[in-house]
Amino acid sequence: MTNHIVTKRQYAYVFGILMILTLVTTWAGLVDLGRLNVVVALAIAVIKASLVVLFFMHIYWSTKLNRVVVVAGFAWLGLLLWLTLTDFVSRGWLPFPGK
Amino acid sequence: MANHTLALRHQFDSVEQQKDASTLGMWVFLATEILFFGGMFLCYTVYRTSYPLAFGHASNHLDVIWGAVSTALLICSSFTMACAVTSAATGARNALVGFLVITILFGVAFLVVEMSEWHTLYKEGLMPGFNFTYKDVDPNHVQLFFSLYFAMTGLHATHVTIGVVLLAVMAIRSFAGAFTANYYTPIEITGLYWHFVDLVWIFLFPLYYLIARHLH
Repeated sequence: MTNHIVTKRQYAYVFGILMILTLVTTWAGLVDLGRLNVVVALAIAVIKASLVVLFFMHIYWSTKLNRVVVVAGFAWLGLLLWLTLTDFVSRGWLPFPGK
Repeated sequence: MANHTLALRHQFDSVEQQKDASTLGMWVFLATEILFFGGMFLCYTVYRTSYPLAFGHASNHLDVIWGAVSTALLICSSFTMACAVTSAATGARNALVGFLVITILFGVAFLVVEMSEWHTLYKEGLMPGFNFTYKDVDPNHVQLFFSLYFAMTGLHATHVTIGVVLLAVMAIRSFAGAFTANYYTPIEITGLYWHFVDLVWIFLFPLYYLIARHLH
């Protein structure tokens, strides 16, 4: 429910995890993991973003309608990235006459 | 009729319904903001996959320590903003004003760090359109990287500035006693906006500062 009052202690736990993850991602950026560097950096970013949305932005306690809007926002972002990248990434996969 | 006070407008059945409606409206706005920034993240992704080498070289001109400090400042500000909402919900006016002021200070500190970084890049000749003298590996696509960097961090900084102004207005209204434990929706909504700004930076930091650090 939106009238749920979150205590400062609960926020402090989330804050602590976010700060630790910031240190971890900075450290992981300095280590050579090959292609995994991008995966690790983005995975940590997604975890941090989820924590912010769920707890700081109260979606964890929110109404279903609000959750649908949040999911829709990110789903449309996913479509934007996914459909465009299917084009850019697959260019040059197939040879075609005249080129 | 108490129903017509700020605490409950007459078109709503209950205070809770009124608050849900405001929150829903803000989230719809934030969904458009996700796509607004999303277009730029898409642009970044496409060019990064096209010119990974140039983007790697360009990224290493950014200062990872200051990038991490900026991230920490915004996370601190999000935490104090969240505490401000709790203070508002419990009717603790002084704490509310205090947390809002601390949040403003963190926001301003973030902007100061960001502007000093921009200034450093300007001095190093890495600011497209104003001073771009980079002649090393693939200068055209390094310029593309910095164009995107300044566009995205600039748009983000604009959002931070708007957020600071909103927070200042909220701090003044809180100090004047405009909010009670029954009515603090503007604080909650401003909080959502502020956390969204933090959210964008959580992705900007790794994508710009960390992508090729290990290659150095």
